[in-house]
Amino acid sequence: MDARRETESTPMKSRTTVERKSERELVVTRTFNAPARIVFDAWTKPDALKRWWAPKSFGISFISCEVDVRAGGSYRLVFGHPASEQPMEFFGRYIEVTPHSRLVWTNDEGGEGGAVTTVTFEQRGAETLVVMHDLYPSKEALDGAIASGSTSGFSEAFEQLDELLVTPGASVGRTHVS
Amino acid sequence: MVQYTQTHFDASFAALSDATRRGVLEQLGRADASITDLAEKFHMTLTGMKKHVAVLEQAGLVTTEKIGRVRTCRLGLRRLEQEAAWIERYRQLWDARFDELDRVVEELKRQEKVDGRKKRN
Repeated sequence: MDARRETESTPMKSRTTVERKSERELVVTRTFNAPARIVFDAWTKPDALKRWWAPKSFGISFISCEVDVRAGGSYRLVFGHPASEQPMEFFGRYIEVTPHSRLVWTNDEGGEGGAVTTVTFEQRGAETLVVMHDLYPSKEALDGAIASGSTSGFSEAFEQLDELLVTPGASVGRTHVS
Repeated sequence: MVQYTQTHFDASFAALSDATRRGVLEQLGRADASITDLAEKFHMTLTGMKKHVAVLEQAGLVTTEKIGRVRTCRLGLRRLEQEAAWIERYRQLWDARFDELDRVVEELKRQEKVDGRKKRN
C-alpha cells in the first residue's frame, strides 16, 4: 500500500499537472529537460511555437500563426479541426516579455471574461519548471469558461455536444420517435 | 469515480453515434425520465434501453439515480464532475502540446551544440 502510494505520488518526469488553484485561477505545470533559455525560445520564436502549439494528436492544425513577442505586441492564432467548419481563433496582447524567465499575455477572444496568462520559466539544474497561470477576472468568468468548454481549444464536436445538451428538443438527426 | 481519460473523450463520440441514444438525449433534454418510460417511448425492451443508458452514462452524458424501484435518468454530469472532466480535457490538451514541445526543445538543444561547435572552430 505504502509502496503503491509512493509510486503514485512520484510524478513521472515530464508530466503535466492542472489545478484550479482558486475561484479565479488555473495553474498548469510541467518540467522540461533543458535550460530555461531554450524552453523560453520555444515559446517566443514563432517558427518553434508553430511546431508544438497545435498538437497533431489532438487533430488540430494551424491555419495561421502571427505572434509579435514583445511587450505591447499582439498575437493571433487560428486553428482548424476536421470536425469543424469554423476555425478557432485565439488572440490578445503580450503585457510582459522578460527573457528566459517570464511571459504575460491577455486572452481577448472571449471579450471581457478573458484570462490573463502568466508563464514563468524556472531553471533547476539542467531542467526547467514551466508554470502557466491563468487568472480570470471573476469566479463567474472561469465557471463560464468551464461550462462552455471555451478555453479547451478542443474540437467543435464538444460545442455541438454542449448545444445538444442545453437545447431541449434540438434537432440532432433522425431519431426513432417524432 | 469515473476516469476522465482520452477513452472517455472517445466514449462521448461513440455514445452519440447511435440514433436511439441521440433520441434519448433529446428526450431527457425535455424532462427527466425513468428507464421504463424511455423503453416505452422508443419501443424497446427494458434490457435494451438499460444498455443504451449505460453507454450514455459511461460517456458522462447522462446520470442516473435509483429512488425506490425507479431509476431516473437525467442529462449531464454533476457540477463537480463537469469541472473535473473539463480540467482533465484541458490537461490532455496541454500534455499533448508539451509532448511536442519536448521534441522542439530537444532539437533546439542539439542545434545549440552544433552552433557552439561552429563558433569554436
